[in-house]
Amino acid sequence: MIKPGEIAIVGAAETTKLGTIPDLSQLMLHADAALNAMADAGLKPGDIDGVACVGPMMPQTIAHYLGITPKWVDGTAVGGCSFMLHVRHAAAAIHAGYAKTILITHGESGKSRVNATPRPAEPESLNGQFEAPFGPFGPPTLFPIPVLRYMKARGVTHEDLATVSVVQREWAGKNARAMFRDPITVADVLNSRMIAYPFRILQCCLVTDGGGALILTSGDRARDLPQKPVYILGTGESVEGTMVSQMEDFTSSRAFRIAGPTAIEAAGIDRSAVDHMMIYDAFAHLPLYGLEDLGFCKPGEAAGFIREGNTRPGGKLPLNTTGGGLSYTHTGMYGMFALQESVRQMRGTAPAQVPGAKISVCHGVGGMFSASGTVVFSNERPS
Amino acid sequence: MQEDTAIMLEPGRAKPKPTPETKHFWDGLKEGKLLLQRCGDTGRAYFPPRPFSPYTGTRDVAVFEASGRAKLHSYVIHHRPVPGFTPPYAIAVVELEEGPRMMTNIVDCPQTPEALVLDMDLVLAATAMDEEITLPLFKPAS
Repeated sequence: MIKPGEIAIVGAAETTKLGTIPDLSQLMLHADAALNAMADAGLKPGDIDGVACVGPMMPQTIAHYLGITPKWVDGTAVGGCSFMLHVRHAAAAIHAGYAKTILITHGESGKSRVNATPRPAEPESLNGQFEAPFGPFGPPTLFPIPVLRYMKARGVTHEDLATVSVVQREWAGKNARAMFRDPITVADVLNSRMIAYPFRILQCCLVTDGGGALILTSGDRARDLPQKPVYILGTGESVEGTMVSQMEDFTSSRAFRIAGPTAIEAAGIDRSAVDHMMIYDAFAHLPLYGLEDLGFCKPGEAAGFIREGNTRPGGKLPLNTTGGGLSYTHTGMYGMFALQESVRQMRGTAPAQVPGAKISVCHGVGGMFSASGTVVFSNERPS
Repeated sequence: MQEDTAIMLEPGRAKPKPTPETKHFWDGLKEGKLLLQRCGDTGRAYFPPRPFSPYTGTRDVAVFEASGRAKLHSYVIHHRPVPGFTPPYAIAVVELEEGPRMMTNIVDCPQTPEALVLDMDLVLAATAMDEEITLPLFKPAS
């Protein structure tokens, strides 16, 4: 088994611009982030021997475009949390000796759609036969399908779900790169335009352009590189299925319940030691599911935990400290941006820095609860 | 069960294309029947169709006609236009009496949170899209 701290993040960067970037193709968004991450790590393409990215972009496209000759590639594509799985697979590959220095890239022209690939459900696929005929139109109509059942089972109110957006906007106000920064109230959320009841526009993620990249190497080699290493303590992954209608339990994600605890157990930490947390928030219910399924709250207690201010600035578990997918940015596959913020928090360079934070849990979801990946980071290498 | 001919669908909704593994399901709906499959090892019903059990992997499975009775498990009410639908319209998931859940639309019912109450009783309303495909929609039982 990999030991906690054996592998580290030594390069991390987002695209130079974030939000609306009509002057870069999707491919160049990957490359822009990769070049920034290599500069951050003090490395050149010739120093990289492994590449991972998410389909439809293929690792061979990225490697060739950047001038990298890989000995290892990964094109795992399980939605917006694919990057958490790439981190996990890359750590295993470095541990196994398959590669020494691995680059993970993301770029998505989600808003401007320059060189973006459409993803329709094929009429012969399971989704095409058993969901598409009933009128879903993208994630806003599918991801919130379980919410009313969750609300009834857990006693969660519309105000509770609006509060998630309000708290995250509070964090976004501290991040100059966040797309939406003006404070909002519960009433603002509940009076915003209805998209798919019970969710309104302020409970749905943004649609932006952008990207990010990470570089991993061994913890030993990380000491010779310029950045303060951010150590990987533990990782976890799982998938459930692509049809939200077939989720085992509408009040809890099976993939979350496997990925999260697997990562925390591998890290060998108590949940009480976690200083900072990112939970992929494509929609306002996801932080509630994440807090409960990862064991930070008991079932039914996450809404109260957020309402009582525990996840706000100054709270005991700062959560989604960029403003998240709801306010910071969301290109379509947001997981890379959650990872970037965990790395910044561990380096001590986040715009809304949590003072003295030493352990960060970064939890991702793949569209419609289809997949999950979790990474536990620390700025201290366990002895 | 009789096919419900009273409901007319708007043209334009996404049309499923059956595969060899799902053809019996779509053929059954043309006769107004909701066909599920049962695992030979556990006796449990499952959906969507496949020629083996997702519970044990056995190929010993049997097709049977479900009762058509279901309860409303969860839904969203979509407020933006989509081909084949006039907003607002509900995209629902129902829990069949036999256990499996499926996505559907609720017809003969206002598309409002007040009318669409979780756990309300529903029955199958097999509704023809065209000569090839009949969809398993549901309507209030009363």
